[in-house]
Amino acid sequence: MKELKVSAIHKGTVIDHIPSGKGLKVLEILNLPEDSTILIAVNVRSEKLGKKDIIKVEGKILSKDEVNKIALIAPTATVNIIDKWEVVEKKNVEVPDEIIGIIKCANPNCITHYEKVKPKFKVISKKPLKLKCHYCERTMEEEIIAKNLL
Amino acid sequence: MRFQDVISINDFEKDDIEYVLKTAELLERELKEKGTLQYAKGKVLATLFFEPSTRTRLSFESAMHRLGGSVIGFAEASATSVKKGESLMDTIRTVENYADVIVIRHPREGAARLAAEVAKIPVINAGDGANQHPTQTLLDLYTIKKEFGKIDGLKIALLGDLKYGRTVHSLAKALSYYNVKLYFVAPPGLEMPRHIVEEISDKVDIVETSSLESVIPEIDVLYATRIQKERFPDPAEYNKIKGSYRVDIKILEGAKETLKIMHPLPRVDEISYEVDKTRYSAYFRQVWSGVPVRMALLGIVLGVIE
Repeated sequence: MKELKVSAIHKGTVIDHIPSGKGLKVLEILNLPEDSTILIAVNVRSEKLGKKDIIKVEGKILSKDEVNKIALIAPTATVNIIDKWEVVEKKNVEVPDEIIGIIKCANPNCITHYEKVKPKFKVISKKPLKLKCHYCERTMEEEIIAKNLL
Repeated sequence: MRFQDVISINDFEKDDIEYVLKTAELLERELKEKGTLQYAKGKVLATLFFEPSTRTRLSFESAMHRLGGSVIGFAEASATSVKKGESLMDTIRTVENYADVIVIRHPREGAARLAAEVAKIPVINAGDGANQHPTQTLLDLYTIKKEFGKIDGLKIALLGDLKYGRTVHSLAKALSYYNVKLYFVAPPGLEMPRHIVEEISDKVDIVETSSLESVIPEIDVLYATRIQKERFPDPAEYNKIKGSYRVDIKILEGAKETLKIMHPLPRVDEISYEVDKTRYSAYFRQVWSGVPVRMALLGIVLGVIE
């Protein structure tokens, strides 16, 4: 069976190589406008991953923050920017050293839940993903991180 | 000046710790010779205690007065604009106009770090929830150094609620900079968190046990802590464990003559009162250590002591 062609949209973003089963979660955290045109493919055959999910968003170029968000739950994902049916830019998602404003702290007593301040985390391990809150110093592991995406 | 704020012991390298201890030692000596000093003359300390902690607040106030400075502040949030809904950030932006340095105690974790980011003046953390109390750790180290003339080479047991006790978390981390052997003695269920053990286990030898009797003959320092009822999410868990260890004369029979017992205080029933009069008790001298250590920290962040 032939792999799906990544660029089958006119203009927008294709998020490829999402671990199988994480596609809907990626879509959820992107929080795209209701009228967006979105194509989602689940459990597609992949040489790299065995199986993968793919999301195609017509008419939207993802920002760096959005790409970073994806890295937290789908570290293998690749982001392809499409123009006139062609891939014009290809980026790997990468967990940055510091994550600001896209995850809330899992510690209910952290000051970030009570003051107008963006939650900030230092990445203390990328594999497995482990974050440390800049304010309360509590660490969060992969499973908890996924539940606390803003 | 080596640092501008004192927020977490995790921000301190060994050199910083040694610098504070040395400065405290010099100040203590000078204080004994001259009485009140004048390094902070004309400087104002604001103590913002959003939750009560009489001991820590008085210790900071004493330190500032002994440096020749003055103190303003409050001892509970209910007497402030916080009751009217003012944010912590606005309180800090207001108070920094009245003072040269802020000491903050707050029930929320991370409050001191946030205060330091907002404030243009130095901020010292006097306890943020269950997170950090760095000046306690520094005065603990200072006490050990004063009692033994050194920290390296000692065998130090941390006893009690090692799960919820922020004091022992910070102290274990700070002690890992030294050549010490650590004994974590805790009732089942209150053991030192794994992430702390893992973080320091490649730097120091660690023995974990629930038996105080088995380690008493070996150790130089016994650092006892209270089981803090207020930190337990489940009162049933607290009731099961309270009173599960007690340092008394009988248990000390097998101890080294030079053993020193420390405690961040207040105690409830983990050290018997009869121990106070023995050669082992160092916990009231430990209270005094808070003054020179906090004088040193205030002097350093204010830039009046080099």
